[in-house]
Amino acid sequence: MKKSYEPVVGFEIHIELKTASKMFCGCKNDPFFAAKPNIYTCPVCLGLPGALPVPNKKAIEWTIMLGLALGCKIPLFSKFDRKHYFYPDLPKGYQISQYDQPMAVGGKLSIGKRTIGITRVHLEEDTAKLLHITLEGKKVTLVDFNRSGVPLVEIVSEPDIRTADEAKEFLKKIHQIVRYLEISDADMEKGSMRIEPNISVRAITKKKTLPPYKVEVKNINSFNFVKRAIDYEVTRQTIMLEKGETPVQENRGWNEERQETVSQRGKEEAADYRYFPDPDIPPLRWTKSYIATLAGNLPELPGVKEARFLKTYGLTASDASQLVETKKRADFFEEAAKVAKSAKTGISPKEIANWIINRDVDVVETLPAGLIKRMQEAKTGLDLSSSELEEVVASVLKENAKAASDFKAGKQQALMFLLGAAQRKLKGKAPVPKVLELLKKKAGS
Amino acid sequence: MKALHTLTLVEAIEKLKHKEISHAELYTSVHDAIAKDNAALNVYLSLDNEALAKADKLLDSPLAGVPIAVKDNFLTVGLQTTASSKVLEGYMPQYESTVTTCLARAGGVIVGKTNMDAWAHGSSTETSDFGVTKNPRNTAYLPGGSSGGSAAALAANLCIAALGSETAGSIRQPSAWCGTVGVKPTYGRVSRYGVIAMGSSLDSPGPMGKTVRDCALLLGRIAGSDPYDATTSDKPVIDYSKNLHKGVKGLRIGICYLDHPKLKGSAVDAAVSKAGLVFERLGAKVEKVSLTQELRAGKILTPDFAVGLYTVVQRSEVSSNLARYDGIRYGGGRALFGDEAKRRIMLGTFTLSKGYAEHYYVQAQKVRSLYLKNFADLFSKYDLLISPTSPGYAQLLGVTKDNPLFGELEDLLLEPTSVAGLPGVNVPCGRDPETNLYLGLNIVANYFQEETMLRAAHTFEEATEWNSWTKA
Repeated sequence: MKKSYEPVVGFEIHIELKTASKMFCGCKNDPFFAAKPNIYTCPVCLGLPGALPVPNKKAIEWTIMLGLALGCKIPLFSKFDRKHYFYPDLPKGYQISQYDQPMAVGGKLSIGKRTIGITRVHLEEDTAKLLHITLEGKKVTLVDFNRSGVPLVEIVSEPDIRTADEAKEFLKKIHQIVRYLEISDADMEKGSMRIEPNISVRAITKKKTLPPYKVEVKNINSFNFVKRAIDYEVTRQTIMLEKGETPVQENRGWNEERQETVSQRGKEEAADYRYFPDPDIPPLRWTKSYIATLAGNLPELPGVKEARFLKTYGLTASDASQLVETKKRADFFEEAAKVAKSAKTGISPKEIANWIINRDVDVVETLPAGLIKRMQEAKTGLDLSSSELEEVVASVLKENAKAASDFKAGKQQALMFLLGAAQRKLKGKAPVPKVLELLKKKAGS
Repeated sequence: MKALHTLTLVEAIEKLKHKEISHAELYTSVHDAIAKDNAALNVYLSLDNEALAKADKLLDSPLAGVPIAVKDNFLTVGLQTTASSKVLEGYMPQYESTVTTCLARAGGVIVGKTNMDAWAHGSSTETSDFGVTKNPRNTAYLPGGSSGGSAAALAANLCIAALGSETAGSIRQPSAWCGTVGVKPTYGRVSRYGVIAMGSSLDSPGPMGKTVRDCALLLGRIAGSDPYDATTSDKPVIDYSKNLHKGVKGLRIGICYLDHPKLKGSAVDAAVSKAGLVFERLGAKVEKVSLTQELRAGKILTPDFAVGLYTVVQRSEVSSNLARYDGIRYGGGRALFGDEAKRRIMLGTFTLSKGYAEHYYVQAQKVRSLYLKNFADLFSKYDLLISPTSPGYAQLLGVTKDNPLFGELEDLLLEPTSVAGLPGVNVPCGRDPETNLYLGLNIVANYFQEETMLRAAHTFEEATEWNSWTKA
């Protein structure tokens, strides 16, 4: 890309909250794993005549907490609005969303040295899922309402992102924070996290003005494709600008197979959704103390935790960053460090960090204390005296005579078999190089 | 003993519980009347053949299994629910409205679903897709609407009590035109869950009856907070019948709208002035409240602005609430909407459209707040406000043709308090002996003060000759 142009990228990110019930009714919120279509439905999420929405308190609290975690201000007044359009996946003919008074505004997220503005965070309901198939020779569209009414948080960023790498960083950070808060699985494959970049390009000389158009790219299903889609779009738009053309404001879809974006329809100006405040839902009014309570309930966020790890445990920046990747990992590390310290094992946090990072410890299935025990055993394993080791090797060769002779005859595989036998005897604590050395020596003789 | 189908709710319950009459006798009387009169009057769109069987087990319940007419916008499992529209012809609901659930729990039995203006769009019942209902007092005339079927069911004694709903006038106006009692509760007093939505910020389901006492009893059974309706109030439901007899001594009553140009010198002017004298004689402090074109302390804001604001807000909400009827999951397609429904959808869509919403919808809501301020001021000076319910008597069949704003103009006097969410009750206050048509008195109270307005209504009913059941 010629140096005289720069990308102007912002994101709209949708996160499905993993509350137990849907946003406006008591139906089970489990669209991805539902055994059959249309089993988690009721008059409200089906849009039957006379049905009314009643907001999910947990979903609202989690939205505010996400806003707080993204550095947003939480206005003390908020409301839900009706957003109207006709589509078979929208049973009421309108989506309950938020228009001009969202729950959180004006936040920011740091990625490295740069700061990306968060315009707003709001709450809305998800639509039903459409399935386009051929049934008995006819092309049909089936509608599954299991997803209708699932709580959806929308995060809108300022168009502050300047490179595809920054975009990926930004999304990873959002993903990490959402997972830290434990409000969503944020799984792009399962649809609980959906991303749509808005991409424009402008001359660097026009840095202070927003480009007169933006292209929204849909159908991006993984973080890797985000980078490729942005790169593709930026190139496409730059070529046009260099020719003196202005790219059309439109929606484009990312085509995975062809690795390109394809025009879907003109976005022109924003569609007229005829927003008005939903009269079925009384507006939300918070007290400062309530918001303070929610803020107090926030877990320690990754950035803060990372800084604390650096300071408290004397780790490298790389170690700290890897340990805080997930909350589970970070908590596991701290618990293990605590155990190691209180049992006076002499095992350092640095060593624990190494094990966790390099040996890919399963932090879900293992107990921290279990890891410390393993580490201790590994250490003592190394303290086996030479003569004790020799005894073990001798008995291994005796008990596995065939393998011993095979190895003597030149079969390398037999050596591995013998090593395995030695490991079993030493309960996995075998100092592998030493044992191999001894085996070779003894078997050979 | 008088014919059983002409009993009031209170009378019927008493006689059933004292075993003076049986369910079979009561239902036979009502069903005979329906068989005789329903075809001509077109009151019921559907009837429940199991009604008597259901009543049999309910003698010990508060409502003792009496037959009740329910407006066809309440979702009732097992009974067709159409909102009088071809779009929902034959629609069998998958769930029950909260109000009819409460009714059943109290021992009320639905005898049938009554005709209404389609989607509640009207004040005449003439916009029904299944034919108009005739006013039983004089069948050349309209019963009013949109709860015209329920009001007519009472006037014709085709039920013992009834349920209706009001957005701005739809309970009180047909009650006035049919000479029956109708209560519009405070918005949020009665759950809207399972009632086909018209104007979501206005809709108020409510009881309709032959007497005030009947309505007070029924209100107590259907009112209350509902976890399925976020706009219902947590205020406890009281016994609305307990203090009906306590009279109006000391109550401060304001008479409104008689100086409006449309009403000066009219029959309703005379009738309501007389009503004021009745209250005065019985110990209330009564005075006229002057009309004003601008907010002024102690004066009542002209209802003229409420017509425009109500038209805009209601049609905006209607265009939104009817969006779900796409024929995919239930009902027929949108081509089946009648003319009035189409008009309202188009107008409501327009008033919410980009470039127009500011001038129409938003402006209307701002004007609405003026009425809220006005009534807050007036209710600091008065306990009750009275006015005519309707500008005149019931009108002739066919009068709504080519008259799309008919309803809004007829409900002129009710729109201000409706947009403010206040409760009101209609009691008959006059009758023309030549036409047998009635005039209605509208009594409005402050939020959740239904007890006070019912007390005044009952007192008026007892002190005057207009109730065709208590004074027969």
